[in-house]
Amino acid sequence: MIVAERKPMAEIIGMVKDCSKVLVLACRGCVTVCSAGGEREAAALAALIRLGMKKEGKTIQVIEGSLVRQCDKEYIDAIDQWDGQYDAIVSTACGVGVNFIANLRKETMVYPALNTTFFGGSAEQGIWTEQCAGCGNCVLHLTGGLCPVARCAKSLMNGPCGGSVGGRCEINKDTECIWQSIHDRLGSFGKQSQMETIAPIRDWSTAGHGGPRKTVRDDLTL
Amino acid sequence: MSFEPKITLFSCHYASQQSCAEKGKELQQLGFPASINLVRVPCTGKVQVTTLLQAFEDGADGVYVVGCPVDGCHNVKGSVRAGKRVAAVKKALEELDVESGRIEMFHLPRGLHPEFVAAGIAMDKKIRALGPSPFQS
Repeated sequence: MIVAERKPMAEIIGMVKDCSKVLVLACRGCVTVCSAGGEREAAALAALIRLGMKKEGKTIQVIEGSLVRQCDKEYIDAIDQWDGQYDAIVSTACGVGVNFIANLRKETMVYPALNTTFFGGSAEQGIWTEQCAGCGNCVLHLTGGLCPVARCAKSLMNGPCGGSVGGRCEINKDTECIWQSIHDRLGSFGKQSQMETIAPIRDWSTAGHGGPRKTVRDDLTL
Repeated sequence: MSFEPKITLFSCHYASQQSCAEKGKELQQLGFPASINLVRVPCTGKVQVTTLLQAFEDGADGVYVVGCPVDGCHNVKGSVRAGKRVAAVKKALEELDVESGRIEMFHLPRGLHPEFVAAGIAMDKKIRALGPSPFQS
């Protein structure tokens, strides 16, 4: 899922300080699962905006809504139901949702309530960890299913770097050395020798270094 | 001008049994502050962040939660969850540049204990010292 976290309230209050009515718009996709921007978090944010504005001596009308997702045109169209009820939307979706609203609603001002952080999973309740960098050229078949791009602090392709101690990363001792884990995991399948194959210099153009990426499926387009 | 605070208390059935004793008069007799509006809940684990924020929106100058001891919650983890939600609201208050002491969590023994009244008196004293909520328009 896409993992995100709420921006500091001072930043959000700064965005809406000149508004008299806003729509806090939750997303029931990834950000609900990571407890950053679902209906419950949007309700809390709406209350905090009202309180924050009241503290500044201003009044603001805050309404709440939610969409199944904010990354599909069909769902964005449903924003019509709140037409005329807000000066701006404060979206609790990831950055994709905010962009989609901006793309599709030329007259609507939209502000992000979240910082979108990474593609990850829930390691345990309340803790999410980065697992994938969306680099566009997956090498997981060579690394025992563990990603050196997202999970090595240096994104090394011919790791380990030599700085790890006891299986922990030299950049952050709380982080496992993923190359140590790759070695151990390949070893459990008797495939450590895979690590002796030198990975060539990587073409990062698929990772966004070649500009915004796009996927076209001719079998699905109309 | 004297300031009479409004304080909202969310307490579970088990930690607030004194509120039922002596036909509901015992707390009053023991000096429980009149500034405190007690909201009894089946378990403090049910108290959401939005519930706590709503209390401030409704005009509370201070809010506190009384739940079971950390290692002795009737519903196992309810009071621990409540403590974490209180901590989340403390952080949010700090982000709004508001005193985080306006909200507190107390883990108190279940049954009839003087600590329940003592927590109320301490909270009343603290909120009087902090003054009116900055969220009052």
